Amino acid sequence: MADPMRIRASMLGDKVEVRVLMAHEMETGQRKDASGALVPAHFIQSVTVTHAGKTVLSAQWGTSISKNPFMHFRFKGGKPGEKVTITWVDNKGERRTDEAVIAGGS
Amino acid sequence: MDRSRREFLQAGSGAGALALAAAAGLIRSGQAFAQEWNKAAFETKSVAATLKALGGSGSTESAQIQITAPDIAENGAVVPITIESALPKTEAIAILIEKNPNTLSADFDIPPGTDPFITTRVKMAETSNIYAVVKAGGKYYHAAKEIKVTLGGCGG
Repeated sequence: MADPMRIRASMLGDKVEVRVLMAHEMETGQRKDASGALVPAHFIQSVTVTHAGKTVLSAQWGTSISKNPFMHFRFKGGKPGEKVTITWVDNKGERRTDEAVIAGGS
Repeated sequence: MDRSRREFLQAGSGAGALALAAAAGLIRSGQAFAQEWNKAAFETKSVAATLKALGGSGSTESAQIQITAPDIAENGAVVPITIESALPKTEAIAILIEKNPNTLSADFDIPPGTDPFITTRVKMAETSNIYAVVKAGGKYYHAAKEIKVTLGGCGG
């Protein structure tokens, strides 16, 4: 099982600023191991961020997103104390969902 | 220990069938996601082909798209890229890396209410132009920036 995501969601003016760090190898499928065999690709293919039942960001990724992917974005309509939920699914069908509470801020 | 193993084996036929059914279910859900994932676009090997696979016939260069990234990336495995679009009705932002084995790196869907702004980190095999392709009001626009890579990020 993959490690939990580290999510930080905080208010920035009237917007919610979200930073996410996911724990994933993001293997490209082009790298060879010590014996010269190709390491099979293993990477996150889709990411969905929801808030109050509404998708606020969805993404499709290829293999060229860095290991332990990082994402930073902003959306409107959130309030402190509400939750932001993030789910990723990788090419092996593994998935992970984590949520964070929006913190008050400036 | 040994007995529980035997019991497990005896119960095997029934449990095995269940496990198979579960595995089939898992595989099916996996495939559903694979379909959703735009495989054709992520396998393209040139900027023009990627654009086509994303559904655009051509794109216009736009000064309204801003790419913030280092001019020189010492480590190609982790290149931070920020893309911000000032185009009205921005619906999607894609990151393309011209000289990577597969051009398309990421495609973000920006629903109304979400800022047309995204930061992420990508891998670059070598010095290359990166393209930010923005879909706004059904049309495609792009901006490009060259990033020099000292050490490639694709291992091998």
